[in-house]
Amino acid sequence: MPDTITFKIKRQDSESSGSYWETFVIPHVPNSNVISCLMDIQANPENSKGEKVAPVVWECNCLEEVCGSCTMVINRKVRQSCSALVDQLEKPITLEPMSKFPVIRDLAVDRSRMFGALKKVQAWVTADGYHDLGPGIREPQNHQEIAYKLSECMTCGCCVEACPQYSLNNNFLGAAAISQSRLFNMHPTAKNIADERLDTLMQEGGIADCGNAQNCVEACPKSIPLTESIAEIGRQVSGKLWSNIFQA
Amino acid sequence: MSKQRVIVIGGGLAGLAATMKMAELGMSVLLVSFLPVKRSHSVCAQGGINGAVNIKGEGDSPDIHFYDTVKGGDFLAHQPLCKDMCHHAPYIINLMDRLGVTFNRTPEGNLDFRRFGGTLYHRTAFAGATTGQQLLYALDEQVRHYEVQGLVEKMEWHEYLGAVLNGDGRCVGAVIHNLRSGEISTEKGDAVILATGGPGLVYGRSTNSMVCTGTAVTSAYLQGAKYGNGEFIQIHPSAIPGRDKLRLMSESARGEGGRVWVPRKAGDSRKPKEIPEKERFYFLEERYPLFGNLVPRDVGAREIYDICVNDKLGVHGEMKVYLDLTHLTREFLDHRLGGILEIYEKFTGVDPREEPMEIFPAVHYSMGGIWTDYTRTEEGLIDHQSPQNQMTSITGLYAAGEADYQYHGGNRLGANSLLSCIYTGLMMSPGVLNYVKNVPEAADDVPEKLFTEATKQWQEKYAEIKKMSGNENPYALHREMAEEMISNVLIVRENSKLQATLEKIDEFEERWKNVNCVDTTDWSNPVPSFINQLWNMIQLSKIITKGALLRDEFRGSHYKPEFDLNQPSDFRPESYLEYEKQKAAGKVNEEGFNPEHLTYMKRFAENNVKWLKSTIATYQNGGPDISYEAVDTSLIAPRPRKYD
Repeated sequence: MPDTITFKIKRQDSESSGSYWETFVIPHVPNSNVISCLMDIQANPENSKGEKVAPVVWECNCLEEVCGSCTMVINRKVRQSCSALVDQLEKPITLEPMSKFPVIRDLAVDRSRMFGALKKVQAWVTADGYHDLGPGIREPQNHQEIAYKLSECMTCGCCVEACPQYSLNNNFLGAAAISQSRLFNMHPTAKNIADERLDTLMQEGGIADCGNAQNCVEACPKSIPLTESIAEIGRQVSGKLWSNIFQA
Repeated sequence: MSKQRVIVIGGGLAGLAATMKMAELGMSVLLVSFLPVKRSHSVCAQGGINGAVNIKGEGDSPDIHFYDTVKGGDFLAHQPLCKDMCHHAPYIINLMDRLGVTFNRTPEGNLDFRRFGGTLYHRTAFAGATTGQQLLYALDEQVRHYEVQGLVEKMEWHEYLGAVLNGDGRCVGAVIHNLRSGEISTEKGDAVILATGGPGLVYGRSTNSMVCTGTAVTSAYLQGAKYGNGEFIQIHPSAIPGRDKLRLMSESARGEGGRVWVPRKAGDSRKPKEIPEKERFYFLEERYPLFGNLVPRDVGAREIYDICVNDKLGVHGEMKVYLDLTHLTREFLDHRLGGILEIYEKFTGVDPREEPMEIFPAVHYSMGGIWTDYTRTEEGLIDHQSPQNQMTSITGLYAAGEADYQYHGGNRLGANSLLSCIYTGLMMSPGVLNYVKNVPEAADDVPEKLFTEATKQWQEKYAEIKKMSGNENPYALHREMAEEMISNVLIVRENSKLQATLEKIDEFEERWKNVNCVDTTDWSNPVPSFINQLWNMIQLSKIITKGALLRDEFRGSHYKPEFDLNQPSDFRPESYLEYEKQKAAGKVNEEGFNPEHLTYMKRFAENNVKWLKSTIATYQNGGPDISYEAVDTSLIAPRPRKYD
């Protein structure tokens, strides 16, 4: 077991400044993950040249892969840094911010576009009110199983980082939002605005922007069947197109 | 009157529930959060949410839920609030179902319920093993809808620094720190709600998320708000060790049939599956035949401590025991516990469907929190229109969720936290709006000078922090402080160690003054914030430790062996009710009781007179001044707890 680990980290001081690589060599401690190493750097922020530098800035919160905060590109692969166990990674370990979002600082990026996409596809149930209206609608177990899987999406950004179509310069909604549309279109009451969701998905940045590379489903840390969701929404959109033609 | 609004700090379950309810009632809400609200700590809650829906026909009812909650909390919880919460629980579960939570279903399509600790009923609704995440997402979606409609404005990546108080000490706004630009400013609000969660980071590594520093409530305490029951910190029996955090292994693993055991032989080096059934010690099942593996968390954590430290039977001689699911089918486990089993496998490399998990106790939840008020009705429920509900001792400053202190007493039951968070958020909203409607002066009409001064005060404070150039790294100092808390203010508490820890905390406070602000840039720099949070964590650790030192008894999670009343093993709590009845009637027939039991009951009654009270900490002369307040126990008579 080596007694040190080398990290090469792509840093950037602000949104507008250029990026640069900085190397950190830290003591190897068994059972480390990338986050515990970044914490070690915080507690002793010194680069490999022995210079005191500002600690690396990154996002994290739950540290157990349910909040989606700590997504970054580790050894060229997008994933959560909490579940990236150091002993399983090739060394030196490279850390980069996701490339499909504006960098805030170092490894922290601005993913507000993903939350904006959830607004566009109206990813919510329209309720009559929050008072006592009795139980909800009964649902078969197999329906719940599909919905639960889709509902585990934590808006982490892995799917869109891996997607060749999603870029800083376009307005593609991305796999996560398309999959959420499927979730709400199958909900017994949220489906009442399914047509409005499909209208959005038929516009620029919608389903037609998907190039079917299928990288998203590979990258999803929660194994959400994103390509199935895209196919299902594709079917719903086609159905709507046909009915639009017949109604016209 | 000017246009009014409420500021909600924190976007976990309590903050989102309050935001959504107030928006429904037509109030504008400014929602301030350290991070995108969808990433709040509520996502970490796994096992489920309690409500006596009685789907299994077991005869469960809200009153039994109420009793279990109060008993679980060792009678320190405020009973009218608990009663009202338990009576609203079935409605809350139905509401969350309507809002799209993907709860597990029965074959007929009803919501499914499972068992959890501290009860004998199937009372816990669940969505796989990521129930907190699913509940949070449903509320997040509702709030996003209101955001689109313009009733809710979100300020994510912003931190609450303190309340703006007018000359009467009334809260009229909040000082907010933009975590990207570093800018400090004030926001006006006719009421401010702190829904900022718990303080797990005081212990460094816990099951809590990284934002759980307790800073916001500590800031309120430093501004004069009372803090309640600080010493009651829940240690969860089952967590997975980690360098960065201690990941939770949900109680639902036991609720679904998981069994806790250790090898009967100390230092047994065999692999768990090689140890035959008769050489395994299922200590919870043997010691608590009635509740078994589902004893409440305080009991479970103490038993694990006992088996590992006193009996030296921990796995590999360490503070670890097995949590075994391998007798259950893979399909069953994936369907009901999938999320947490994946987490275990990802972080340890071991498949818990094939090998027993190795788990150990970890800091999990604070029953204590900022003091809040309520108004009860004749029937012992809550008057939902009262502006006093959830108000702190600072007028106009409210608290909800883990940040408050009244619902869980000395120990919280599993799956009651998601309930109390959503309940408080919904319940308090009409009262907050009644308060807002009747404020003597709208925040908008308060002279601007008050706000500019508050801004300036905090700008100067942060400028001072940025100039700190001592030789202590704040992150390293935090680690050291946390080690001290973990070592001395955990499951088993001793006065000599608590006293020494208090002195140690004073040293940390001195060393804090010698901290180095290791990053002095303006843009997106978390270091000055962390230094401020560290100061607050030091203050909070004093509240916890001093409260623990002064409370000379054993109640719920607060265990001091020196003051254990040593309940006789054949004692039944019903005897105590009879004893109290006779006492109330004027004469106790002492011959009618077993002498050993009688001595115990007398000591129990005496102890309650002295200690069945809320601990109140107020900030005075640089530290907590501790006093005690009565608790409303008028609905269920306090009695000794028993789970075997």
